[in-house]
Amino acid sequence: MRTAFFKALLESARRDPRIHLVTGDLGFSVVEAFAAELPAQFLNAGVAEQNMTGIAAGLALSGNIVFTYSIGNFPILRCLEQIRNDVCYHKANVKIVSVGGGFAYGSLGMTHHATEDLAIMRALPNMTVLAPADGREVTAAVRAMIERPGPCYLRLGRNGEPVLHENDFSFEIGRAIEMRSGNDVTIIASGSILALGLQAAKILSQEGIEARVLSMPSIKPFDEAAVIRAASQTRALISVEEHSVVGGLGSAVAEVLLAKDLGRTPFRSLGVPDQFCPSAGSQEYLMEKCGLTVSRIVETARTLLSNLVPA
Amino acid sequence: MNLTSTAPVSANRHAVLAQKIRLHVLKMIQRAKSSHIGTSYSMADLLAVLYGGVLRVDSQRPAWPERDRFILSKGHGCAGLYATLAEAGFFPLDWLDTFYQDGSRLMGHISHTGVPGVEFSTGSLGHGLSIGCGVALAAKRKADSYRTFVLLSDGECDEGSIWEAALFAPHHRLDNLVAIIDYNKIQSLGRVDEILNLEPFGAKWESFGWSVREIDGHDFNQIESTLSSVPFEPGKPSCIVAHTVKGKGVGFMENTVLWHYRSPNDEEMRQALSELNAGCS
Repeated sequence: MRTAFFKALLESARRDPRIHLVTGDLGFSVVEAFAAELPAQFLNAGVAEQNMTGIAAGLALSGNIVFTYSIGNFPILRCLEQIRNDVCYHKANVKIVSVGGGFAYGSLGMTHHATEDLAIMRALPNMTVLAPADGREVTAAVRAMIERPGPCYLRLGRNGEPVLHENDFSFEIGRAIEMRSGNDVTIIASGSILALGLQAAKILSQEGIEARVLSMPSIKPFDEAAVIRAASQTRALISVEEHSVVGGLGSAVAEVLLAKDLGRTPFRSLGVPDQFCPSAGSQEYLMEKCGLTVSRIVETARTLLSNLVPA
Repeated sequence: MNLTSTAPVSANRHAVLAQKIRLHVLKMIQRAKSSHIGTSYSMADLLAVLYGGVLRVDSQRPAWPERDRFILSKGHGCAGLYATLAEAGFFPLDWLDTFYQDGSRLMGHISHTGVPGVEFSTGSLGHGLSIGCGVALAAKRKADSYRTFVLLSDGECDEGSIWEAALFAPHHRLDNLVAIIDYNKIQSLGRVDEILNLEPFGAKWESFGWSVREIDGHDFNQIESTLSSVPFEPGKPSCIVAHTVKGKGVGFMENTVLWHYRSPNDEEMRQALSELNAGCS
């Protein structure tokens, strides 16, 4: 995802001198190409995220499109107030990019587990929140966020995620992308964890359960219509995210179901429990510890559907 | 402008504007039963000189691209800036009557939404200098000629983010950026040197790479000549440490912690009005 991001950003920045990249002294081996080719559009703000975000707001309010870049929680938590007051209140054209969403930097420890970012960013007025699932969604997201004026948060994984989109697709902020059709159960996922949802759907299909799989790269604005359709056309919903169960994709789905009087729809939110991980571990290890596995998605689907059938 | 021949005349003009600002602020804060009169008064003379001729701004064209940018980082001093902008013609004077009231666009910390002339909204301390760095950097990168002025409070310099920005501006040679510090020596709960000492204050800025001048923030000639000679050194951002008196202009408010928060009662209002009106004559 990181490679796709920098490729798309550089391509756009070559054509549009308003595009600036501001890093908080991170991005070794990936920011250099941009810095070398477009030095007048590049800035290393140093290890100072509050100032980085304020500067980005100042640059943006002077007519620029400014990407801030760092890893994990760094570009959003230390400088959260700058994001809220300086970026969001002023509708500044600042695009905040975090590489290493979820447990991508799992072994580095708790500080580097970015598992509440979507909830926090989603709560901010004027903020767009994107969590693409693979490199192809990233490329499309970068173009779309440049086109869309105002604040945006982009959560990236790390690198080397599998390509999940085999065919061309249409990417629109605020729209789900249907990866697989089906009318028994809907699996909704944001980010690279979509891969687990697709694998689960294959297994379920062998059992005669056809799962609709939606990629939901746009956490805000949120595709309410896709959730409503899923609730009316399929029998159960499962949300899957590499993020706390508090405030992210699962909460967004639940909010739609309740607000649209669809609260009786069988629904489970699979995510990171509301607690810190007590150990180091690879992304795969920590996800498994949190129950974010293909087998749990499959099991959840079976359980939800079997509960509907009178014994 | 030839300062030597016009200085006394403009000093008198600035004094008149400063007293008008103080009168507006008194009425606004009393009507609103709000706080922060002391901080509006310590910077009133600075604002009068800035908007009395130093800033290249045009009240009829608040979004004029070449305007100088003024950012009030000490957003709690908003009453002073709203009064200044109204006097400068950015919006009608009667808007000041709505300050702090239900439904008013004049919020209790400076807010730009729907208020011509307010460049940037603040209210949480420690934000404005970074914004100023970004705006100044944008001007450098596009070779625009406008300057950026940021007015800070002393207590605000407790915030770490101020020193992040203080590192940044000299490193990037932002000589189109001016930080003015309203050094009134009193913050929310007490005296600055008792709560978190900033001294040696000017030397700190200098050691970070700023070109620093310390002035009497109530001497109109000094304020004008200093603000008119930025950048003090090419290639360096300018820092003006303005020594001021909290509550300046009303004797019983001067240099007291109380008037950071207190709103005047009827008797205090009469006394303050009489002092300010005497000052105007």
